[in-house]
Amino acid sequence: MKRRNFVKKISLGSLAGILGMEIVYGSKIPENYTLLGLQDPDPFQMFNKDMEMVVLNSQPWNMEAAAHLLDDRITPNKYMFIRNNGLVPENINIKEWAITFDGESVKAKKTFTLEELKSKFTHHTYQLTVECGGNGRSEFDPPAKGNQWTIGAVGCASWTGVRLKDVLKDVGIKDDAVYIGYHGVDQHLSRDPQKEPISRGVPMSKALQDETLLAFKMNGEDIPLVHGYPLRLVCGGWPASTSGKWVNRISIRNIVHDGEKMTGSSYKVPCHPVAPGDEVKDEDMCIIESMPVKSLITFPKSGAIIPKGNKLNIRGHAWAGELEVSKVSYSIDFGATWSNCTMEKPANRLAWQHFKASINFPKTGYYEVWARATDANGVSQPMLLPGWNPKGYLNNACHRIAVKVS
Amino acid sequence: MNKQDNFRKQLKSFYGVLVVSFVMVLLIGVLGIAYMIDPSAFSFKGDAPNSEVISTKVDDEDWDKIENGIHLRTGFKDGEGLMTVVNNCTNCHSAELVIQNRMNEERWVETIRWMQKTQNLWDLGDNEGVIINYLVTNYPPITKGRREALTNIEWYPLKEE
Repeated sequence: MKRRNFVKKISLGSLAGILGMEIVYGSKIPENYTLLGLQDPDPFQMFNKDMEMVVLNSQPWNMEAAAHLLDDRITPNKYMFIRNNGLVPENINIKEWAITFDGESVKAKKTFTLEELKSKFTHHTYQLTVECGGNGRSEFDPPAKGNQWTIGAVGCASWTGVRLKDVLKDVGIKDDAVYIGYHGVDQHLSRDPQKEPISRGVPMSKALQDETLLAFKMNGEDIPLVHGYPLRLVCGGWPASTSGKWVNRISIRNIVHDGEKMTGSSYKVPCHPVAPGDEVKDEDMCIIESMPVKSLITFPKSGAIIPKGNKLNIRGHAWAGELEVSKVSYSIDFGATWSNCTMEKPANRLAWQHFKASINFPKTGYYEVWARATDANGVSQPMLLPGWNPKGYLNNACHRIAVKVS
Repeated sequence: MNKQDNFRKQLKSFYGVLVVSFVMVLLIGVLGIAYMIDPSAFSFKGDAPNSEVISTKVDDEDWDKIENGIHLRTGFKDGEGLMTVVNNCTNCHSAELVIQNRMNEERWVETIRWMQKTQNLWDLGDNEGVIINYLVTNYPPITKGRREALTNIEWYPLKEE
């Protein structure tokens, strides 16, 4: 009797643990009944995502958009891609949230509560392009390891927070500072508390940019949990993995930060070009910094059929990491000829830029509309896959949509 | 026997019924409360299985169900070594991560070593060969070339804006 009672309490207790709350009337759960809270979670509902978003992985959660979903000038949460390396944290205590600055190159360790951070420093809002380093990985041949992102691991939301440089100035940084490395509260997939799922960072030059934020708002509201609530780093134009989520510690390092996914081949590409499939030693791999020039046709959705004689109005966004985009062109003849699109200036540095064009088709038939952006240094998107790399990063091959004129 | 005595007698027996009913109601109430506080106190040694909260009897049958060559719970293709893969490769990450990836034997070995070195994956022993054989057989690399043709296009008439 006693043992049975114990078993019952344990199972109820552990169920309550999973759910994060007490199960009222737990003793009355019928046999063979699975609590709704324990059934397969609906990620669209859980993260407020549009049903057209594509789940790549449920443990850890990874979800991407499709090109036509990214049509908004400012990406709303429902179309923002999800990239996680570990488990989304639970039970965040907003009242006790604090961020500590430590490391070899900090003058003295310092901690701010979230409230202190918000009240002590000026708030800034920027629209920042955040793209996963592995966006486009699915196209590489031989295939590269990891989540097989197609084109939807990019977004450009509006982020509000305090400048990291203002906070670092207040903390006091030594002259030998080289890099910052973030630490978050997300759990490693193995649930080993000694392990961090990811702890990356950026060199001081990027950390000290005006647009590098410790953000607490996305699109004017508290950052959604899956995107880093209550505090995240946002380093626009760099691989999204540098924009650490659920951040509670930043280390100022006198070396290149050596946290999880900073070493080995993670978020690195060969320092020198290699042939597809070549083996590359870790020491010949270089950390990705600014993301390359890229664009997406967000309207119309691929597969449009238009009557002969009608013009097709296309639109989309272009971005170029640290740089501005200087030109976007389109081609309807597989790159043989190119025409210029009309392009807007970015809302601010590191925000994507909007382009549009009105296209005439000479006769009925099958077409592909290709878009190609060129950055301020004159570098354009390739039409084929760019240089192969073992982990399949930085695929910025031009985006294509299919169109039929009938 | 006068009418008064008779009435008194009737009253007495009615009173008795009233007292008994009251006691019974009280007893049921007390037992009810006690049951709410600790229902297990009312169960008997013979009925142990009934008091288990979670029963997986029904689930057990469906848990590893395979339909149209697909292991429903994970999405893995049915094949030699399936359960070895399920049991060793879906503890930390989902099966989706495995299914998305296409690697040859050499690169799977490399991936397993990386997981063992950095991600707390255990020594797979003899299962390693079984797992790799399953993966390269069921999920072989696909040659894509430098750019694939656009496929799976959903055609639709575009309405003018």
